[in-house]
Amino acid sequence: MSNDNIIEIKEISKSFNSHRVLKNLTLEIKRGSTLVVIGRSGCGKSVMLKHIVRLIEPDSGKVFIDGQDIWKMGERDIFALRKRMNMVFQGGALFDSLTVGENVGFELIEHDSISESQLFDRVEEALSLVGLSGISNLTPSELSGGMKKRVALARAICTNPEILLYDEPTTGVDPITADSINELIVSLHDKLKVTSIVVTHDMKSAYKIADRIAMLYQGQIIAEGTPSEIQNSDHAIVHQFINGLAQGPITETVEHFR
Amino acid sequence: MLGQVKENLLTRFRDSLYFLGGLSNLAAQSIYWMFVPPYKRKRIFEQAKKAGVDSLPIVLLISFFIGVILAFQISYLMARLGSEMYIASVVALSLVRELGPIITALVVAGRVGAAITAELGSMQVTEQIDALETLATNPVKYLVVPRLIALALMLPLLTVFADMIGILGGWLICVMKLGISSRLYLNITFDSLLFKDLFTGLSKTIFFGMIIAWVSCYEGFNVEGGAEGVGKATTKSVVTSFILIIACDCFFTALFYFIFP
Repeated sequence: MSNDNIIEIKEISKSFNSHRVLKNLTLEIKRGSTLVVIGRSGCGKSVMLKHIVRLIEPDSGKVFIDGQDIWKMGERDIFALRKRMNMVFQGGALFDSLTVGENVGFELIEHDSISESQLFDRVEEALSLVGLSGISNLTPSELSGGMKKRVALARAICTNPEILLYDEPTTGVDPITADSINELIVSLHDKLKVTSIVVTHDMKSAYKIADRIAMLYQGQIIAEGTPSEIQNSDHAIVHQFINGLAQGPITETVEHFR
Repeated sequence: MLGQVKENLLTRFRDSLYFLGGLSNLAAQSIYWMFVPPYKRKRIFEQAKKAGVDSLPIVLLISFFIGVILAFQISYLMARLGSEMYIASVVALSLVRELGPIITALVVAGRVGAAITAELGSMQVTEQIDALETLATNPVKYLVVPRLIALALMLPLLTVFADMIGILGGWLICVMKLGISSRLYLNITFDSLLFKDLFTGLSKTIFFGMIIAWVSCYEGFNVEGGAEGVGKATTKSVVTSFILIIACDCFFTALFYFIFP
């Protein structure tokens, strides 16, 4: 087991109601790097992320984090792993019975005995990183969609995790906010050496933040490489996707299936 | 035709087995997590307020009506039998042993159980339950355990109030309408109630509370398909709670009948 890879996904398959979403998917993520997974909506990107955080059990195949099979861990190890890893959900998934501050500081309040003022500082720090300081007394229902997403991001970074998973962090936010989210991901990568997996179909964002880009298509990784390798790929499917063309092999096969 | 009926019945049967399996699994998990620290008392109080204090007015109102109805119906029967003396004891016994517990449980299942399913179901469809897990928090411990403890504690308390108000309703009718003296009515009531009547009446409500918590949380966790799914799950949660509460009541009544003859 090479020490370089923090996450290894080995040949996982998953079906929902006889629809195969992932087919023998294999992927490795290097420690401290940012991997962007691109693919069309509904191609299984979120399902893949949920396999990494142990929310979905694969039908076959294994997921290793730091060389450990996450489905063979005990209660204690899972807890320790969950504390090192956070995920930003597509719709934010903020707890609407709690205030913004309680959401952001959720893990600290639940698991760490820190003082009220320390907690306040940590929450404000995380919120200011996403450009939203001073809103900790609002409730999630008072926020716009883009703000919810940024609060969710603040909640994920509040405990300084080693691994961060983002499910479409820039979808549905305005271009300026999208760019500041990109910059935040880059700075977490540069300064704190956070390992990130970002699922997106926003190519601009992908080129900006990625160390490597992988393309998921029909449940498999069909291409992986540095942003420039992907950009210059002569793979027809990759070419169609990254250039956003309506005509090409992807749309043809979809029509075939129907 | 017959084949289809048989197949339908088999599917139904299999689904109920799945349901009972899932429910028992959740029940076992919630009991396990109840004893794993840290214990957060604040969350139990919050739920106890929602389930107990906030349900009190409607439980009181309904049990008052039941007491009044019972007094009228029983006085009719007793008049035919010529034994009006027993109205008070029949009202008290039927309320304390049976009607108080079951009415309280059904009201709480409809009011609190439905709310729990809707809340947890919405959390499920908006990925908040997944988010809990990624934030290193077990959803059963965080969501189910406080509700389970709160309901198991609040149901017996609510039942005590229901019993008292029901007896008050019966007293009102008998004294005002039927001309039985207030003193005599109360004397007969307290003479006829034994400790075992109170014990059997109240102890089963602890289980009713746990059934409501388990069923409503289970249905909430297993919501599929957005807002429509939440609606369906809420209906199913209330119906299932009703059936299980009454089945459980039947079991306990039979059990107590033989234990405390």
